[in-house]
Amino acid sequence: MKTVSLEKRTLPHRLGIGGWAYGGRYGLERYLFILHRIAGLSILLYFILHIFITGQKINGKQAWDAVMGSVGGTWFYIGEYLLFVAVAFHAMNGIRLILSEFGWILGKPKRPIYPYQSANMRIRVFTWIMMILAVIIMAVGGFDFFLMH
Amino acid sequence: MRDSMFWFWHLMAAIVILIVLSIHFGVMHLEGILQMFGIMSAGDVRSYAEVLVRAKTVAYLVIYLLLMWFALYHGFYGLRSIIVEMSDKMSKAGEIVVGWSIFLFGLGLAIYGSYVIIAGFVLANA
Repeated sequence: MKTVSLEKRTLPHRLGIGGWAYGGRYGLERYLFILHRIAGLSILLYFILHIFITGQKINGKQAWDAVMGSVGGTWFYIGEYLLFVAVAFHAMNGIRLILSEFGWILGKPKRPIYPYQSANMRIRVFTWIMMILAVIIMAVGGFDFFLMH
Repeated sequence: MRDSMFWFWHLMAAIVILIVLSIHFGVMHLEGILQMFGIMSAGDVRSYAEVLVRAKTVAYLVIYLLLMWFALYHGFYGLRSIIVEMSDKMSKAGEIVVGWSIFLFGLGLAIYGSYVIIAGFVLANA
């Protein structure tokens, strides 16, 4: 029997990174997927820097105060809040993705009776709930970041 | 290990990160609210003295190590997936080189980060 490898059956990825910008008919979840990747990459970049910056603690108080002084400006503080926003979004959307991946929020399979409803539309309410939770976390964080310091 | 297992651990790592990062973010970024409710004692969480107070405890040693290892795995596996997806013309050998380069870079960071966390624990308890 002739076997066909999966690689050969995969369509070429013609759109490149530019293809991320347009979700087409996939709608809301596709845009969340794009934002999830952008947030994830931003968090990873910050995390690498964070390891080196906080690593200064083993060099004593002077080194710690010096590095904290160099990352303590207003713009850095705003950047830190943006990181908080990215983490809140990535985490809430990530919970949705994990629950969806394991099939826990998809419900039982149904017969395709007209008008058809995609799995995405069936769980759209859950998507909105997770996004509202993300916004609440961002708001609570914003309150602490900007009104309590 | 099969790619599906890497993916499974990518998701498991996300769950661990969710738990330990919530603690880290609560202490470091929501400390004003936690102090308001009396859950945390008042003080500058970024001062060197407070950093050493946290570094001294076994609980924080475990939290920081778990957070760093799982976050590095989760982040670099995600990065590898994006690079491999974006480069569909890449040969199998190229894919292996990218995978190993990312793995070694992540491993280097994990070793350095673990050293810093453990050295901080030893320093704070000295």
